[in-house]
Amino acid sequence: MRISTRPQFEEHRRQAAARNAGHRKEVLVCCGTGCLANGSRAVAEAFATEFARQGLAADVTLFTKKTGCHGFCERGPLVVVQPRGILYIQVKPRDVAEIVERTVGKDEVVTRLLYKNPADKQKVQHYGEVPFYKNQTRVAMRNIGKLDPTDIDDAIAHGAYDGLVKALFEMTPEQVIAEVEASGLRGRGGAGFPTGRKWRACREAKGDRRFVICNGDEGDPGAFKDRSIMEGDPHSVLEGIVIGAYGVGAHEGFIYVRDEYPLAVVNLTIAIGQARQLGLLGENILGTGFSFDLRISRGGGAFVCGESSALMRSLEGKVGEPRAKYVHATERGLFDCPTVLNNVETWSDVGAILQHGAAWFALVGTDRSKGTKAFSLVGKVKNTGLIELPMGTTLRRIIYDIGGGMLEDRPFKAVQTGGPSGGCVPESLLDLPVDYEKLTQAGSMMGSGGMIVMDDRTCMVDVARYFLQFLTEESCGKCTPCREGLKQMLAMYENLVAGRGKPGDIERIEALSEGMQLGSLCELGKSAPNPVLSTLRYFRDEYVAHVEDKRCPAGMCRDLTGYEIVAELCNGCHACTLACPTDAVTGDRKKLHTIRQEACISCGACFDACPTEAIRFFAKAERAPAVAGAGA
Amino acid sequence: MNVQPCVETGALTEILVRYPAEEPSLIQVLQDVHRAYHYLPCDVLLKVSEALSVPPAKVFSVATFYRAFSLTPQGRTVVRVCTGTACHIRGSSQLIDELQRRLQVGPGGTTADMAFTIKTVNCVGACAMAPVLIVGEQYNGKAKPAKVAKYLGLGEGERRDED
Repeated sequence: MRISTRPQFEEHRRQAAARNAGHRKEVLVCCGTGCLANGSRAVAEAFATEFARQGLAADVTLFTKKTGCHGFCERGPLVVVQPRGILYIQVKPRDVAEIVERTVGKDEVVTRLLYKNPADKQKVQHYGEVPFYKNQTRVAMRNIGKLDPTDIDDAIAHGAYDGLVKALFEMTPEQVIAEVEASGLRGRGGAGFPTGRKWRACREAKGDRRFVICNGDEGDPGAFKDRSIMEGDPHSVLEGIVIGAYGVGAHEGFIYVRDEYPLAVVNLTIAIGQARQLGLLGENILGTGFSFDLRISRGGGAFVCGESSALMRSLEGKVGEPRAKYVHATERGLFDCPTVLNNVETWSDVGAILQHGAAWFALVGTDRSKGTKAFSLVGKVKNTGLIELPMGTTLRRIIYDIGGGMLEDRPFKAVQTGGPSGGCVPESLLDLPVDYEKLTQAGSMMGSGGMIVMDDRTCMVDVARYFLQFLTEESCGKCTPCREGLKQMLAMYENLVAGRGKPGDIERIEALSEGMQLGSLCELGKSAPNPVLSTLRYFRDEYVAHVEDKRCPAGMCRDLTGYEIVAELCNGCHACTLACPTDAVTGDRKKLHTIRQEACISCGACFDACPTEAIRFFAKAERAPAVAGAGA
Repeated sequence: MNVQPCVETGALTEILVRYPAEEPSLIQVLQDVHRAYHYLPCDVLLKVSEALSVPPAKVFSVATFYRAFSLTPQGRTVVRVCTGTACHIRGSSQLIDELQRRLQVGPGGTTADMAFTIKTVNCVGACAMAPVLIVGEQYNGKAKPAKVAKYLGLGEGERRDED
């Protein structure tokens, strides 16, 4: 049943919407990776069983939808009961019977499963009133959580492919590019290159064969927006790609998906199959004469393949090594043909821009960064998960209003953005409006939208070491500054965190950073010193403490830190004893506990477990003789 | 070249018909081979080289470049510890230590009885649940070192080194 005219498509959408309207009550169960890990599949199955068992009144059409990620992963599994939009968190299969009987059957609310706002201790009933959701503006993630990603009709009922229909039937390819240019959309993979300009360059390049590529190789640790979009609303991505292909005149495309995202591959494969069946992909799309098809290619688990030229080499079946950027991919990209490569989120934005217009998209944002941006807000905040906000929102608003503040109300230290190419932004810059330029000025970058919040228990030297280790493993080895520079830099950091730092190390690190920035071939190497330089810029005192005092102010570097119990605060609850992996904590219940220093591996598990803050850390260097003499 | 014991190559024939016999198919073919054999056996790689007309050196270069591929046999259950940033600051290194203590092998290693292979993975994108430990297909969010034995399906407190 291929659709071959515009009225046919509109009729199809009308029927899909009518079918959805017939579901007077819908139960939406989040089945994103996060909620699945929390057991949401069992919850969805329990709903189906319960509907059959309770056999509710015939006029209530019941429907359980397994949706994509709602974003509020930490409180999963999440369940939303429509039409009232009641949000239940941390739902277990045993709660399902009560939800069906009371909320679905009698429109009552099961209070104990509601979200409690930690700010005012009030229970919140409706999805839209939860501060985590209330403060968001969703464009790229417009339909995630509302629809079943494996059902194209559900997507169409929610407006999917409207933008494509408008582009194909009302606009020339030239007009499509002009619209994207006018929207001010910039690459959401992090570099921020204007999307429209990239398309125009490709359209104008010489060549008979052109490609469009979707970069779904979201490798930045701490970022998962692209995974959620591909899993939760694959049609928004497909729609954008087809529009882009129409704009630049490509007939072949690829979606390059990370090997670590199996559910994204499954949902995209289903979506492509359904789109082909309806005639939204393949030969003669919607009867317009325009043909385009695309394939999924699974990555091989190499971070550098997120770099566009390396990704194209990988699609060619080669080792994913980047090449110098004086060759523009828009002229000579995949198989040396003109190629447009955009990030998953960028493609998802394109459909919305065509549907609602460039002016609508540019309504929010800052001067040079228009529209909204998706972030994964993780680390030491209360509400972790996936969010989308207007460009220019301040970090403070993100962390405190949406994120609900710091976990356990510990002091905020920094927020890391931009992954291994980004940097750490300190407390003094909390009022920074987040856009491409502002983050770069602060020594970080937008990157693919990971925001990792760190508290006083995060050692900034160790954070830089972590990224260096990551990049040392992921450097492709093609150019020397990156391959050897990272290795030497990591060796220096391993000395720092182990208390073997020497005077002059900090200066040597800075000099090497400069060399790598100047000499590396691709952005992986050029931006590798960012985590180093930004932590040095804002947290130099921590480096000095490691080098000169052999002390880790955060108490996280194990070789420098020991733990002890403060006698007056210990209530003998045993929490530390149970948490200790090496049985180093001894003491009878309700009596004072002690840590046997010779067995302690300074992992900090006891510190995190203690409810009375009776465990404190100390710098080993300051009391080396005492510890040595402590014996048992 | 024959560092690996010969394996049955029937599965390879099935894999090769799925893709055009050319270089761009190489990674997709290797992925399917990896799924069928749980690693890339040496003699299978040589056959892939022949079938796709890609020199063995290039096949091995690709096979060793990508993290998804292993040239040594994997344990029956692959245990993956996410070492993404969010997991790192929420204590993934403690999970690795605990796995090492219990299984007597470190990241990249396989237990002598071929039951488990331990791997680290740079972010599985489940950062809101950090730290994450994946045993086979089972994701364990907010994983705790004290629960590692349970995640592995070993009895609570039972240490394999005491077996």
